[in-house]
Amino acid sequence: MFFIHDYLGVKLLPPMPHSGFSFAEHDLLLFPVNRIDSPLPDSDVLTLPTPFLRWFAEKGWRPRAHQLELLSRAEAGESTLLIAPTGAGKTLAGFLPSLVDITRRGKIPPGSPFVGIHTLYISPLKALAVDIERNLMKPVAQMGLPVRIENRTGDTPQAKRQRQRLNPPDILLTTPEQLALLIANGEAERFFKDLRYVVLDELHSLVTSKRGHLLSLGLARLRRLAPDLQTTGLSATVAEPMELQRWLVAQTEEQENHAGLITVSGGAKPEILILRTEEHVPWAGHSARYAIADVYAAIKDHGTTLLFVNTRSQAEMLFQELWTINDDNLPIALHHGSLDVAQRRKVEAAMSENRLRAVVATSTLDLGIDWGDVDLVVHVGAPKGASRLAQRIGRANHRMDEPSRAILVPANRFEVMECQAALDANYIGAQDTPPVGQGALDVLAQHVLGIACAQPFDAVDLHREITSAAPYAHLSWETFERIVDFVATGGYALRTYERYARIRKTKDGLWRVSNPMVAQQYRLNVGTIVESPMLNVRMVKRNARGSLGRGGMTLGKVEEYFLEMLSPGDTFVFSGKVVRFEGIRENECLVSQAFSFDPKVPTYAGGKFPLSTYLAAQVRKMLADPARHASLPDQVRDWLALQKDISMLPREDELLIETFPRGSRHYMVIYAFEGRLAHQTLGMLLTRRLDRAGLKPLGFVATDYSLAVWGLDDLGNAFRARRPSLAQLFDEDMLGDDLEAWLNESFLLKRTFRNCAVIAGLIDQRHPGKEKTGRQITVSADLIYDVLRAHEPDHILLEATRSDAATGLLDIGRLGSMLKRIKGHITHRRLDHISPLAVPVMLEIGREAVQGEAHDFLLSEAADDLINEAMGGEPDVVIR
Amino acid sequence: MHRLVHAISPPSGTALLQARTAINGVAGICDPLGGLYLPETRTLVVSDLHLEKGSAFARRGMMLPPYDTLATLRVLEAVIARHNPNTVISLGDNFHDRVGSGAMPETFRHMVATMARGREWIWINGNHDPDGTSGLPGASMDELHHAGLIFRHEPSKGDASAEIAGHLHPAATVRRRDKSVRRACFATDGKRLVMPAFGVTTGGLDLRHRAMSGLFDRGKLVAHMLGRDRIYSVRYDNLIG
Repeated sequence: MFFIHDYLGVKLLPPMPHSGFSFAEHDLLLFPVNRIDSPLPDSDVLTLPTPFLRWFAEKGWRPRAHQLELLSRAEAGESTLLIAPTGAGKTLAGFLPSLVDITRRGKIPPGSPFVGIHTLYISPLKALAVDIERNLMKPVAQMGLPVRIENRTGDTPQAKRQRQRLNPPDILLTTPEQLALLIANGEAERFFKDLRYVVLDELHSLVTSKRGHLLSLGLARLRRLAPDLQTTGLSATVAEPMELQRWLVAQTEEQENHAGLITVSGGAKPEILILRTEEHVPWAGHSARYAIADVYAAIKDHGTTLLFVNTRSQAEMLFQELWTINDDNLPIALHHGSLDVAQRRKVEAAMSENRLRAVVATSTLDLGIDWGDVDLVVHVGAPKGASRLAQRIGRANHRMDEPSRAILVPANRFEVMECQAALDANYIGAQDTPPVGQGALDVLAQHVLGIACAQPFDAVDLHREITSAAPYAHLSWETFERIVDFVATGGYALRTYERYARIRKTKDGLWRVSNPMVAQQYRLNVGTIVESPMLNVRMVKRNARGSLGRGGMTLGKVEEYFLEMLSPGDTFVFSGKVVRFEGIRENECLVSQAFSFDPKVPTYAGGKFPLSTYLAAQVRKMLADPARHASLPDQVRDWLALQKDISMLPREDELLIETFPRGSRHYMVIYAFEGRLAHQTLGMLLTRRLDRAGLKPLGFVATDYSLAVWGLDDLGNAFRARRPSLAQLFDEDMLGDDLEAWLNESFLLKRTFRNCAVIAGLIDQRHPGKEKTGRQITVSADLIYDVLRAHEPDHILLEATRSDAATGLLDIGRLGSMLKRIKGHITHRRLDHISPLAVPVMLEIGREAVQGEAHDFLLSEAADDLINEAMGGEPDVVIR
Repeated sequence: MHRLVHAISPPSGTALLQARTAINGVAGICDPLGGLYLPETRTLVVSDLHLEKGSAFARRGMMLPPYDTLATLRVLEAVIARHNPNTVISLGDNFHDRVGSGAMPETFRHMVATMARGREWIWINGNHDPDGTSGLPGASMDELHHAGLIFRHEPSKGDASAEIAGHLHPAATVRRRDKSVRRACFATDGKRLVMPAFGVTTGGLDLRHRAMSGLFDRGKLVAHMLGRDRIYSVRYDNLIG
């Protein structure tokens, strides 16, 4: 049954009987024409070529207003951003100008001179490009349009790529990495010279990372190769469309330029509920185990349910718990990025054939792909950001005219508030997107090399081209020169590599690659996604003698850093099973069946994504406003009331700090609500400062909502005596020298450096004929970092690393704005014992080891213990 | 059996702890800077310097920082100053590739010459630099019998008493409170010893790796791990993979 709503003021009318056309077809297209009332004026529709009109008439459909609007703007020469909810026919809207234009042009007669591609479609996911090809081919075939559509992804066979270069399709569907490769090719100029349209799907998710930076540079190059090209951005609702509008078009030195904007609002309001339960909602943790029975009941009540969680380990846990109580043997499957590809494909196939009742998934299923008739989305854990929530809920129903159904399952009490805030946000449509950010320098280095691989470049021209890309609009000439120097010789002050330069300036003033090997190397390293070393997980059996067999099934891949924490014999959950870690053999992690239901090693179960700024503000607001507590469940309301009695509830703009003794320690809890990353950074910096003040902090733990620091001295007393005062302690200047000092001894910078070094092309991700494994690469990148930092701390790659760390893992920007916000608004409560609001963070203590940097200390402790144990007796240590 | 002993002359006020060991009855001291000192013959052994690694990569298009040679030589200077040996043995892979020793800048050559003054210096050839060194003091050879021990780059297969070798870059990992620490190490079972890699940009291979199997009596194998200013000695069974 369809309910037709009002889009862009065009009154569309009641439903026709649903004739059962496929989901995908519907999503691409159109509204059924009303057969009862008089039709709408057809003047707009008449601008369409005959095959389109005939086809619409046959189907009994008509184009949507925004689709025609986009077409007419495109024909007027405008680049446009289309913001529409899932199911609004965005994809067809994006392709309509191309289809119409190619149809008018007609088939290219054989024997004509070379014609390049007409339209380039870019999606963040390979699977999406393939999906779109399938969905687009159908109407094109039915209309008999003279349009050739092909995709090109990492999986496309070499022969097909070759043919595409010689005989390009009209519409090429691809990913940002493939675009980078096409651009770095010597034939790029010819291939793209006839390019009219670039369609960027899921633009809101494309632009926000380094991947987006690389894509923006690629787009700048395309504009140069085909000056008339227009862009179409397709996006879900975002808080700041202007950023995306700017991203879509060339920037000039004089002014900011923006693409046009079409917004389709509305759609059926989703029906979202927060799980109400009789069970006790936990104070802390992320497992949501308490709600399993309720979740299972919801699955039973619906046709197909998608269950989303934030991390792989949460997915594993939920899957396992559901099967424990799956008395009806419902087909429930698991889908996450670490699983073996074959297993994932199996689940996807079963899903699209509607053979499953539920799938537990992580973000691998996040973006706009159709997975059959899902009628319920369950989101376990806090959604950490309203736009992610909107995206996931859109999954339930790709028909814009039917309401989506979703249930949020908060895992703890703070998450109850966060879910409520997210829910409110979804209704008011105030979704946030991470900002586009300043273009990263490592990405720029990669691009500069790519350009040189395609054809010689003039540095001044290239700088102008690059600053036309929005993220690089403010790139100074000096920085650009340093990057070119870096690409050429590594950019070291000790100029010993001139004779090995990868690119050189020749007599004509142009930069060219020194030899063809450079281009080969570039092709192997293109892209901005640096995989953390992953190891295959293989299930093996012990033979009669107790040694491990070879062979056995591959279960998937697991991050190396996780295994670093394990000892043989430890059990953990993987691929829905409790497995026993046996050891590492070359690139494989060997596990065996564990005859236990209780894994020993918990993996960090919290969200990978910190609480978004917008949601954090909403949670603070909710906390401060007793009137809004009414919408919360009784348990949570009572908890807040108790907090008010015992301590206080902070105002929206206020930073509450509680101090209290517990056991032999003194605690300070800071309720900042800025997300785990920013809190962790704050924790690092605060403990340094407290240490300097002689207060001997022992450790800290951070959650998305608050931060607890503890020590042996009475912190409350010290603050009262202003030794130091809280205002001093939280002064913004902590982001100066303290930050610098900490960063320099932090292990985190090494990790970041490794990524930058790979993206910038200093270290190969893969190298022809090299035998090193990912594990060894990690080591050598660390060593290179040490050497570089010792000898040239101002090197441009170290600069890039620091700025990466500051924006990414450390969330410095957010911490900075918080410190500014709370200036003069710090309220200190000295308590005799722990407050209700402090319980969640206090429960985290001991759950997670304090992130210290004291490697040598750990080593010493380990060695001393182990020596005692192993060698029997005290080592005779002599200290001078 | 080994004990932790006090250093001969720690560089600053901090305590320096080295590990005493014995290889087939020959006494040796594992220095946390990565050198093995044999006091009876006043011999210092280092291995896998991989000098000019940065430039070797740069020649192939990867512009690694050109500071590795200087950094490695500085450490070598420090360990030589500490023990003041009569003989220095560099156990192969002295340079990262064949052309390295010829292409090394003059200032670094000079540093090596200064270090070698008044001492006997032996360059054992490695798989990275099988042709020996050129234009540097000292003799190049594939193998050396000295001080009752056999010095070669690659450990020989199977039982090999009294052998000191390099090549494998052994490293070991211990775990404490959910965090693990991995460091380069001397690996010895009392019969033979495999040296840690000395070069500052050389990676490590875990003692549990397949390439290490069959070399040691694992019941007696000890990893002397390099800490900042001391050696941490841990029995094989207490390491993690």
